[in-house]
Amino acid sequence: MISFKDVKKRFDSNVVLDGFSLDVHDGETMVILGYSGTGKSVALKHIVGLLEPDSGQVEVDEQIVHMLDRDGLTQLRSNVGYVFQSSALFDSMTVTENLKLGLKRQRLSDAEIRDRVAASLALVDMEGTEDRFPAELSGGMRKRVGIARAIALHPRYILYDEPTTGLDPVTSAVINQLMIRTREKLGVTGIVVTHDLESAYMVGDRIAMLYHGRIRQVGPVEEIRRTHDPVVRQFLDGRPEAAAEADSGMFRAFR
Amino acid sequence: MYKALSLTVANWLSTLGSVGHFLSDVARSLRDVRIWTGLTVEQMRRIGVDSVPIALFISAFTGIVLSMQASYTLTGAVPLYFVGTAVGKGLLLELGPVLTGLVLAGRVGANIAAELGTMKVTEQVDALETLAYDPHSYLVVPRVIAASVMFPIVVAMASALGIVTGWLTAVNMLELSTFEFFKGIKMFYQDKDIWYGLVKSISFGFVIALVGCGMGLSVRGGAEGVGRATTKAVVYGSAMILVLDAVWAVTVL
Ligand SMILES: Nc1ncnc2c1ncn2[C@@H]1O[C@H](COP(=O)(O)OP(=O)(O)O)[C@@H](O)[C@H]1O
Ligand SMILES: [Mg+2]
Repeated sequence: MISFKDVKKRFDSNVVLDGFSLDVHDGETMVILGYSGTGKSVALKHIVGLLEPDSGQVEVDEQIVHMLDRDGLTQLRSNVGYVFQSSALFDSMTVTENLKLGLKRQRLSDAEIRDRVAASLALVDMEGTEDRFPAELSGGMRKRVGIARAIALHPRYILYDEPTTGLDPVTSAVINQLMIRTREKLGVTGIVVTHDLESAYMVGDRIAMLYHGRIRQVGPVEEIRRTHDPVVRQFLDGRPEAAAEADSGMFRAFR
Repeated sequence: MYKALSLTVANWLSTLGSVGHFLSDVARSLRDVRIWTGLTVEQMRRIGVDSVPIALFISAFTGIVLSMQASYTLTGAVPLYFVGTAVGKGLLLELGPVLTGLVLAGRVGANIAAELGTMKVTEQVDALETLAYDPHSYLVVPRVIAASVMFPIVVAMASALGIVTGWLTAVNMLELSTFEFFKGIKMFYQDKDIWYGLVKSISFGFVIALVGCGMGLSVRGGAEGVGRATTKAVVYGSAMILVLDAVWAVTVL
């Protein structure tokens, strides 16, 4: 279980998370919705200790992330696959080397590593790209390799940061299928950060909306789709006054 | 005014704090020997071998200039074979290490800052961490060790070539015999001339790589941030070489 407990985080005067609490249960896929720049990525980074909360805490399997020592953090990170918004493939390495890097940190034989790489690339339909460099791949392909790199670790949790943002509708659908397939095959618990509603409805069990630094509403997909909460409603319906409201929120944060 | 001053002081302190933090992270990551050893070899090639041509280019011309200038300065006052002394000492003690250091602050320091800065803004550094690698042991330590090891070697080659071009100049332009030139070189030679220059070079390599890494990893905000970090790496790297050079001169010479 991943659980955020009253997390507060600010960068200088920019308050990003302000009492953020959320529980993600084992086996479910939680979608976190929110406007751009509201702190979705910041929230994800707390789970693997890339950022530390100013107050409050994030717990993964009852362990408080920011209290872990170096070895504890390494242990935790080997249980969490992270798919970055920009894919974050190492551009000096081939696809295979990208996948192998994380595996080398686990106690696996060379044969096991090779099998994992092959199986992960097969799962995302990227066989045949083993020796290519990231610069030679399209955005959608890079996303898929990023997912393969995360699932190669056989993590218990997988975090997707805007997996479909910037992709065309067909490629987005492919990525959505992939997230569903990953979950069916590996039984991982997932968190998907996005502002793509179609994707949210398709892959999520529950949806949480992040607004002004905290969770505005959380519930099963059907419940959220029928919500009467004005803020969530505006976001789901994509009405322009919602955007204006979001902007004013952002400007407030910067003042 | 008072507020501005206290803000500046606060900024300085926080910068000092993050520098200290960075250094302690790097020192701690030295433990991950298995991670950085293999990567260090690759960096030695990139930082060291690839720097040889430019270092040789510079020192070749420095040798010629030193030779001509020494003869011009010394004419009439002291025997001409002192040209050999001036070329040898000048290159080994000062110009070999410092000129090479300054050029490599541009080449190596900028290169490291741009590379790590780009990795930082494209989340590759975060990705490394989530794959359970400490970026300090994976990125910083190999570069710093490689630079510390390779700089003295590059500088030694550069100084040697400078002496050769200085000698060729002396023989061809100054009516000085080979025998006299090397007599001048040997006359005031001490072993210190060699190790002083090499130890200095080690410290230059260390600082240039460390500053480049520090600037790269602290990049914020896209391509513009990478550009700024690259410039800073060169400026601070060069400045620190000159300061270090003076410190060495005052404490060791
Ligand atoms: N490392 C950082 N340093 C300073 N500010 C940051 C950092 N990371 C994120 N921010 C700020 O936090 C806010 C939320 O960012 P982010 O989580 O990336 O938003 P999003 O919801 O689009 O993922 C933004 O205003 C961003 O500028
Ligand atoms: Mg984001």
